[in-house]
Amino acid sequence: MTAHATIDPGEALLRTVLAVPGAHCAGCIAKIEQGLADVPGVVAARLNITSKQLSVTHAPSLTIPGLIETVGRLGFEAQPLSEAAAGGKDSESRKLLRATGVAGFAAMNIMLLSVSVWSGAEGGTRDLFHLLSGLIAIPTVAYSGQPFFRSAWSALKRGRTNMDVPIAIGVLLVTALSLFEALTGGPHAYFDGAVMLLFFLLVGRSLDSVMRDRARDGVSSLIKQQAAGALVIGDDGRSQWLRSEQLLPGMCMKVAVGERIAADGMVEAGASSADLSLLTGESAPQRIGKGDPVHAGTLNLDAPLTVRVTAAAEDSSLAEIARLMGEAGQGRSRYVRIADRAARLYAPAVHTLAALSFVTWLLLGAGWHQSLLIAAAVLIITCPCALGLAVPAAQIVAAGSLMRAGVLVKDGSALERLAEADRALFDKTGTLTLGRPELGNLEAIPENVRPVALALAQASRHPLASALRRSLELRGTESVTLDHITETAGTGVSARYRGMKVALGKIPDLAADSMATALSIEDCAPVVLRFTDRLRPGTAVAIGQLRKLGIESSIATGDRAASVATATKGLGLTAQTSMTPADKLDLIARLQSQGHRVLMVGDGLNDGPALAAGHVSMAPASASDVGQNAADAVFLGDSLLPVAKAIVAARRTMRVVRQNFVIAIGYNVVAVPLAFMGLVTPLVAALAMSGSSIIVVANALRLRNAAR
Amino acid sequence: MSGLALLIPIALFLGLAGLAAFFWAMRDGQFDDMDGAGMRILIEEEEK
Repeated sequence: MTAHATIDPGEALLRTVLAVPGAHCAGCIAKIEQGLADVPGVVAARLNITSKQLSVTHAPSLTIPGLIETVGRLGFEAQPLSEAAAGGKDSESRKLLRATGVAGFAAMNIMLLSVSVWSGAEGGTRDLFHLLSGLIAIPTVAYSGQPFFRSAWSALKRGRTNMDVPIAIGVLLVTALSLFEALTGGPHAYFDGAVMLLFFLLVGRSLDSVMRDRARDGVSSLIKQQAAGALVIGDDGRSQWLRSEQLLPGMCMKVAVGERIAADGMVEAGASSADLSLLTGESAPQRIGKGDPVHAGTLNLDAPLTVRVTAAAEDSSLAEIARLMGEAGQGRSRYVRIADRAARLYAPAVHTLAALSFVTWLLLGAGWHQSLLIAAAVLIITCPCALGLAVPAAQIVAAGSLMRAGVLVKDGSALERLAEADRALFDKTGTLTLGRPELGNLEAIPENVRPVALALAQASRHPLASALRRSLELRGTESVTLDHITETAGTGVSARYRGMKVALGKIPDLAADSMATALSIEDCAPVVLRFTDRLRPGTAVAIGQLRKLGIESSIATGDRAASVATATKGLGLTAQTSMTPADKLDLIARLQSQGHRVLMVGDGLNDGPALAAGHVSMAPASASDVGQNAADAVFLGDSLLPVAKAIVAARRTMRVVRQNFVIAIGYNVVAVPLAFMGLVTPLVAALAMSGSSIIVVANALRLRNAAR
Repeated sequence: MSGLALLIPIALFLGLAGLAAFFWAMRDGQFDDMDGAGMRILIEEEEK
C-alpha cells in the first residue's frame, strides 16, 4: 500500500472511478468519504449512491489496487470500473433533459400568451401576442425538436418511417403555418400546440433514456473486473500492475490464488487447478501445471502461478467469443419496437387524412389558406402525443418496479421482447446452479470441531474453504484462535490448536476428486467434506411458473452429460450437453427458424454469443462481465424466481401499452372528425393533447407494482 | 397596453431565469445522485 504519498502541487491528479456495490445508506457515504479523506494522497472522494460509483481524485502515486484495499479496510468491497462504464456520463439523457427544459419553458410562456388570446384579446394585441409566441416558439422548435428531426431524417433516408416522421412533419408544418398566420394577422396560431407537443414527447423520450441509464449504472457496478489487469514481473525483477489491454506477448504475469488470468498464456511455474466454468461451462476444475496453455478468464484456484503471456488481449480466446457475439447480435438489432411498428400504420394514415382534408376543403371552395390551416389542425391533433408517451411511460414504471424486485432491465425494447418469449434455454453451471461450491455434508463435522474448522477455513481464499466458511458462519459458529497457520499451495491449510495438529486440505484418497477436501484433527480419522454446485433456490418453482406461462424450458450447457444429470435431476428438463458457443448459437437459430422466440438465460463467457443471439436474454448478477453486457436483463440474488417474475411483469406492461394505444387512438377517433370539419381551434387542440397525455400516464402508473 | 410592455418582459425574464437555474443545476451535477442527496443531510460532518 502506498498510502504515504503526499500531494505535490505540481503533480497532475488522477481520477479513478470504483464500483462499490455494497454501499446503500447515509452511513456508508460518511464512512467511505471520510475514511478516504484521511488517506494522504487523496484529494477528494465522492460516492454516488444511485449508481454506486465512488469517484476518487488522487495523486498518481496511489494505485488502483491500493485504493481498493483502502476501501476494503473501511468494510466495503470495491471493484475498478472499466473506462467504458465510467466514461460517457454526459450522455443522451442530459441532452434530452436540456431539450425538455427549453421546451417546458417555451410551452409555459406561450401558453401564458395564448390564454389571453383565447380569453378575447383582439386586433393589435392578438397580433402582438402571436408574434411574441412565434419569437419564442421558433428557436425552441429548432433546438428541442432536433432529436425528432434527426431520427425522422435517418429513417426517411433509409426509406422507412417511424414515430418521428409524423411528429417532425407535423411540428414543422404547424410552426410554418402559424408563422404565416402571425405575420398576416390571422385569427389562429398554433405555436402553443407545436411546442406543447414537443414538450410532452420529450418527457417521454427522457423517461426512456433515464431508464436505460439507471439500468446501465446498476449493471456496470455489478460487473466484476477481476481480470482487468495483472501483476507483471519485468526483466529487472520489479513488479508492476498493468491493465489487461496493456499486456503484451512475452510478459510474465503473477497470478494469485482466486484471481482470474488476464490474458492467454503458458504456465511457466507452479501447479494449480483452474476453474474454466465461465469459459466452457464445465463445472469440475482442471489440473494445470508447467507448460500447459491457459486462457484469459480462467479462475486460478489452488496455488500461485507464473504465466507467460502468449497472446495480447485483443487476440485471445475471448476475441473469438467476441467475434461470434458481434455476428449474433445483428438479428436483435433488426427488432422493431412496438411504437415504430404502430407508426408504420399510423403515419401514412395521418398524412392521408391531412391531405384529404386539404383537398376536400379546397374543392368545397374554402380557399387554399383556410384549407391548409384545417390540414394543419388535423396534423397537430393526430400527432402522436399520447402515442409517444404510451410506451415509455408504461415501460419506465414497470422497469422501476422490476428494479425493486431485483431485475435490472436494460431498455424498453428488452421489456417488449421479454413479453414475447415462448421458449426458454438455460445454461447449467452458474445459471441453474449457483456456480460456486456449497458444502454438502455439514453434519459430518462434529459440533465441537466446528470452531476449529471455521478458523482454518478463514485462513484460506480457496473456493472450497470459502464455501465451508460460509456454511459455518450461517449457522452462527464462532471461530477460535490458531497458532502456526501455514497454507501450502495445492495442499491446504494446517495449524496448531492447543497443541494439536489440525489441517484442512487434500488427503491422498481424495487426490482425484476436486470437489472434496478433508478436515483432520491430530491423529483422528479425517472427516471428508464433499461439496456440490447446488441448484439455485426457487429453480423448480420458476421453471413451473414459466411452464404455466406457456414457456417450455430446456438446458443447453457446455458441461458433460453425467454432471448435468446429477445436478438437475428432478427438474424434468431435457438437456443438450457438451455444447460449444457455436453449438448454442446453432440451437437458437434452429429454434427461431421454427418460429420460437427464445429467452436465453446464461452467465458464462461461453454463453455470450447465445445471449446476444436469443430473442431476449437474462443473466444472473454472478455472471461474467461478457454475460452481463450481452444480456438484456440482469437479476440479482441467488434465486431464479426473478426470471419468471420478469416475464409476468413484461407481459403486464405490454397489456398496459396496448391499452394506452387504444386510449390514444380512441381520442383520435373523436378529435379527428372535429379537426376535419374545421372546428378545432388552438384551445381545443391544447385541451385534447394534454388530456389524453395525462390519461395515458395515469394508466401507466398502474404498473407500479407489476413485479410483485 | 403600456402595462404589457412591462409585464411581458418580466414574465419572459422570470421564465428564462428558471431555465438558467435548471441548466446550472444540471451542469453542477445536482441530478447525478438523486438518492444520495436525500441521504447526505443525515451525515454529521466531523470536526476537522
